Amino acid sequence: MRSEYDLLVIGGGPGGAIAAKTAAEKGLNVCLIEKRPAIGAPVRCAEGIGRELLEEFIEPDERWISSEIDGAKIIAPNGTALVLEPQMAGNEVGYILDRKVFDRELVWQAAEAGSDVMVKTRAISPLMKNGKVGGAHLEFCGIQRDVRAEVVIAADGVESKFARWCGIDTTIPYRELATCAQYLLTNIDIEPRTTIFYLGNRIAPEGYVWVFPKGERSANVGIGISPADCGPGQRPRDLLDAFVKSNLPTGRPIECVVGGVPVCEPLKSTVSDGLMIVGDAARVSDPLTGGGIYNAMFTGKLAAEVASECISRGDCSQKALEKYDSGWRDSRMGKALARNYRIKEFFIKLSDEKLNLLVESAAKINLKEFSTLTLIKELIVRNPSLLLELKSLRDSIR
Amino acid sequence: MLVIHREICGYCGACVSVCPEGALELIDAYLEVDDNCISCGICTRACPLGALEVKDEE
Ligand SMILES: Cc1cc2nc3c(=O)[nH]c(=O)nc-3n(C[C@H](O)[C@H](O)[C@H](O)COP(=O)(O)OP(=O)(O)OC[C@H]3O[C@@H](n4cnc5c(N)ncnc54)[C@H](O)[C@@H]3O)c2cc1C
Repeated sequence: MRSEYDLLVIGGGPGGAIAAKTAAEKGLNVCLIEKRPAIGAPVRCAEGIGRELLEEFIEPDERWISSEIDGAKIIAPNGTALVLEPQMAGNEVGYILDRKVFDRELVWQAAEAGSDVMVKTRAISPLMKNGKVGGAHLEFCGIQRDVRAEVVIAADGVESKFARWCGIDTTIPYRELATCAQYLLTNIDIEPRTTIFYLGNRIAPEGYVWVFPKGERSANVGIGISPADCGPGQRPRDLLDAFVKSNLPTGRPIECVVGGVPVCEPLKSTVSDGLMIVGDAARVSDPLTGGGIYNAMFTGKLAAEVASECISRGDCSQKALEKYDSGWRDSRMGKALARNYRIKEFFIKLSDEKLNLLVESAAKINLKEFSTLTLIKELIVRNPSLLLELKSLRDSIR
Repeated sequence: MLVIHREICGYCGACVSVCPEGALELIDAYLEVDDNCISCGICTRACPLGALEVKDEE
């Protein structure tokens, strides 16, 4: 490890790994640091990703794919099932990954491209130079050292401390953090190519329960809910245990996963002088689904591309780096974030009765060409009692 | 005062992200709380396992 790089990447998740790889391929001197002793572990994820989204970044490889998915089911509080067939399921067609191996593969590719990689190495504060971020103070096994860099990419995940130390408020409004618990359950009868989502204010207030297959007879079974609805005896783990007991009583957990996903709006700005923020740290996970693997990779790549341009021009000011911020906001991903935030706000206010109505009527609609707007239009026709809510939803996402 | 029940904590960092004072930090599997903590209790709600508790100071 040197004491000076073009680019320092903090965090070895998908966002940081793709940023480091992209920048190294562009010829920058890059260093990626990860505070955990191992890349990819412990897992904090249900591991689902859409096929096309994944393939934008990497060729699927059976070493880190646990299951292929070609359909999805949404279960209403009263048990009504909405079945999304492959041609309708869109982004639900895809893969359940093995992130312990996947995350390692991405970091390995960054190293192959020429990036330095340090594990068990934690950023403990930014190095500031004339009010501008110019690197970081690191700690490795009790030894501290300074590493200077033209640009620092904060890819430090949901905790997002680095940007905070640089003066950017990254606090998630507490009701907009999905607090999650998950078991990798074995010994269960499942449909191995179908993901299932259970909705309902009793099952999962302001959230959902997911069943994501990992092979023939095992699955990631988890729950994410709003802290606003949490309390003693009513925490994610309690609700998950209740769900498993009544729905998958033969299940045996071989892994327990906990974690938080931002379901808030993205940071107001994801750049400052010498600093770029990507992935969960920038709060760009999808507020409706909680999916953030793709979004982290997408922002990681874009940030590295803009950093490379700015470094070669010798201007890494906030103004120059802003091209990254506006770039992701104007992208398909950025627009989906804004739209899905509004859809989430609509859903979390629905009573179980209304959820039942919506799922029942959606199950009867035969959508040849699926789009959110055509679905909402159909739902309006069929649910006069939900007219006002649905119309304001439609107007907010048009 | 914020009490961390280490036998329950899953060191996931969910609490870190909602702390309005930036008082929490995850150092590998060890959650640290610093002097900036105002015992507001927000983190106790965000914890998926219930490892955090605000106790009255005696
Ligand atoms: C229960 C659960 C289920 C989920 N399910 C899905 C899903 O099915 N599909 C999906 O797409 N997304 C899912 N997500 C979200 C997804 O896991 C994240 O969006 C994704 O991992 C974000 O990638 P990232 O690179 O931004 O951050 P991370 O993957 O969180 O990586 C950040 C890394 O930075 C490191 N770090 C933090 N601080 C420092 C520091 N100071 N110094 C050095 N290193 C540091 C951390 O140790 C961590 O390894 C889920 C999340 C949870 C919690």
